[in-house]
Amino acid sequence: MLLSRFAESLYWAGRYLERAEATARMIGVHTELVLDLPLAAGVGWSPLLAVTGASEDFLGRHTGPDEDDVVSFLATDPKNRGSVMSSLAQARANLRAARVVLPNSCWEVVNQLHGWAAANADDAIDRRTRTDWMKTVISRCQLLSGALAGVMCHDEAYGFLQLGRYLERADMTIRVLDVQASVLVGQGDQYRDVTWAGVLRSLSAHQMYFRTVGGGVSGPRALRFLLLDERFPRAVRYCITAAGREISGLPNPAPVHACCSAAQQRLATLEITEQVTAGELHDLVDLVEVDINEIHQSLAVTYFGYAAVPVRRQIQESA
Amino acid sequence: MTQVSRSGPPWPGWESHWNAYRSDGFFDEMMNLGRPREASAGVVRFLASLGEGLLDRQRAADVVIQAMGITFTVYSETDEKDRAWPFDVIPRIIAAQEWKSITEGLTQRLTALNMFIDDLYSDQKVIADGILPREILASSKNFRPACMGVRPPGGLWAHICGSDLVRDRDGTVYVLEDNLRVPSGVSYMLENRLITKRVFADLFRDLDIHPVDGYPNRLHSMLAELTPRPGERPSIAVLTPGVHNSAYFEHVFLAGQLGAHLVEGSDLTVDDDDVVYVKTVGGPVRIDVIYRRVDDLWLDPEVFRPDSMIGTPGLMRAWRAGNVAIANAPGAGVADDKVVYRFVPDLIRYYLGEEPKIANVPTFLCGDDQQRRHVISNMDKLVVKPANEAGGLGVFIGSRASVAEREEMATRIMADPRNHVAQPVLALSTVPTVVDGRVVPRHVDLRPFILAGQRPYVTQGGLTRVALEEGSLVVNSSQGGGSKDTWVLDPTVISRAGAAPRMEQSQTITGQDQSMQSQTMVSPDPAALRSE
Repeated sequence: MLLSRFAESLYWAGRYLERAEATARMIGVHTELVLDLPLAAGVGWSPLLAVTGASEDFLGRHTGPDEDDVVSFLATDPKNRGSVMSSLAQARANLRAARVVLPNSCWEVVNQLHGWAAANADDAIDRRTRTDWMKTVISRCQLLSGALAGVMCHDEAYGFLQLGRYLERADMTIRVLDVQASVLVGQGDQYRDVTWAGVLRSLSAHQMYFRTVGGGVSGPRALRFLLLDERFPRAVRYCITAAGREISGLPNPAPVHACCSAAQQRLATLEITEQVTAGELHDLVDLVEVDINEIHQSLAVTYFGYAAVPVRRQIQESA
Repeated sequence: MTQVSRSGPPWPGWESHWNAYRSDGFFDEMMNLGRPREASAGVVRFLASLGEGLLDRQRAADVVIQAMGITFTVYSETDEKDRAWPFDVIPRIIAAQEWKSITEGLTQRLTALNMFIDDLYSDQKVIADGILPREILASSKNFRPACMGVRPPGGLWAHICGSDLVRDRDGTVYVLEDNLRVPSGVSYMLENRLITKRVFADLFRDLDIHPVDGYPNRLHSMLAELTPRPGERPSIAVLTPGVHNSAYFEHVFLAGQLGAHLVEGSDLTVDDDDVVYVKTVGGPVRIDVIYRRVDDLWLDPEVFRPDSMIGTPGLMRAWRAGNVAIANAPGAGVADDKVVYRFVPDLIRYYLGEEPKIANVPTFLCGDDQQRRHVISNMDKLVVKPANEAGGLGVFIGSRASVAEREEMATRIMADPRNHVAQPVLALSTVPTVVDGRVVPRHVDLRPFILAGQRPYVTQGGLTRVALEEGSLVVNSSQGGGSKDTWVLDPTVISRAGAAPRMEQSQTITGQDQSMQSQTMVSPDPAALRSE
């Protein structure tokens, strides 16, 4: 039976790996978006800070959202606990603490990725090498997921890793929607479609959106896809359902399962009309956020042996 | 036969590099007067054939170490850092025949030490019979009165022992110390082999190198046999002080190899039933055997240090009640004392009625007036050691100290004579080592690991530690030491196989006869045979 301490380490490792991958993807996509749009569109770098909840921390140390500063802050700054680099370091530290339950080959992937990212930190900033850097982080994170899925027993230890990943992924999707959507919904400007496509891309959802939903990109339809789709693995509902499945495989699943069911219930009854306003959307996203946090709290109390502190820094209202 | 063939290998300089290798004034484990010793012949021939390619192998090894994340922790006052494991690619070779007799000596020693510890915590006949002076026990730092009267399974206390072996100038092998508390290093022995297997895959095909990877299995069976609930699948835990301990890497490694829980003291609880449980996601699970890597004093705040934050209250209760086995048993460290060390040959004679098979280094006890006077007036020729430190801490090499430092040491001895011993400076043997792109002699020791029990077990070789600084005798990794893989091999098997190592393509371009080429470096040295 898995030690409570390892369960906690693995859960956090799952969250940090997911965060590293997601943050790298957002930086990569946002870089391309900025290249696509004329300056007049007014898309700057502050939304990225808002998504990661780090605006305050950033502005405490920098004068304004200058591209290089934002990218280095989000990608490689060791002082920013949410940076790709910090996430990788924390994923590595947590996996190291639980290394005894991890296949060696998987540990080697994490260890090498962390070493590579640190050794090539400068490449993350320069626009010419940035995309490759982000892509490497993403593909190595996915390599790790594949290695874990392929060679690790799908036991409790794997379950906690997966739980961390699903909850972080749901959380990340929620935050992207909260920040981007409240800017975009109701805004009738000419770049809206391009920006919504950017949102989909930053969640790796672009192609799957077209395949599943079809047609052009519209705000409410993209929202429905990212929140409610049951087959797209980065959609919030998919993540909650998957987390619920992982919980079923653990001892004493009832308390956490109840939280998952509550979240699923809420998503099932959610309605996103064509006329949804930014304010409504914000409230709605907030409720789902609370549900996800409930699941986290319940996990901590049931399996890690203490009352957890809230994970999330307060999400910044978008600028 | 030893003439360099005229056409010569295609790396002018490297063969003569090996032929010119000398370790003046020391016994070299691999070479003797520019020629390989018998057991090393095949390896040296191969290494010389690599020429500068040897440096590529060293780099390849460094890459493997990085990738595998093999680290140890270095502490300073402000900081702790994970360093890559310093590894030298040239292996240390031991002839299988010699290893066999060393194995017997190590087993003999551990058997006697276990009988001694068991005696100390029960009848103390060894004192009544005048073998060990009573005052030495009375002043022992590692004697635990809380262990009196406990009879662990099989009368075994020191289940796992890491003994440090050194070879002096004349080729004699000595036991320098017996580590019976929480000896570390065995994972590095195993990892070193993984590294050399990757880096020298071509060589492993041709030589009869004894495998080392049987250790985890033997450790597991030894631990499993200690279970208080025979018949049920034993639940084993490795107890670690935690991620900040310098040997944490090893704790993870061993727990993984044993399929054991890796626990910290706070993961364990002992209830009123005096049974040890571990906290899991499915609730408490009983633990039968604890392989502890935590010093006695931090095990249980109910019995030892009440300020221990890493201990498990009640652990000693559970052990005394026989509900959990602990390896090594609490109190086993009483025999891991450099004063007791001096008596080990007598203990072997006393308990086993045999002569010791491996020599002890002559040791002066500062607690004895006459010996102390000798130590203080010959400080420049001696090594002074605290009786109860590990990791080379506090070791004082008289010949390298200033007059003032020697005087300070003398004052320290006078203040606490019981806890100081002195030994002559041993001229530690050397092994060729890659330093700055050259092959140069560096001093080594060897730590084999011995498992006690009904079927005692000794590792094939052990962990060779090497002092990377020129002339240095300090091999501890915490103080700038590195390590080498250790190959116990049977040279007769090599010659039967007639193994000329297969050359890489580029090496055969000259079209010369490989066996001719190989002869240039080989020829076992008869002198080496005699000295063993």
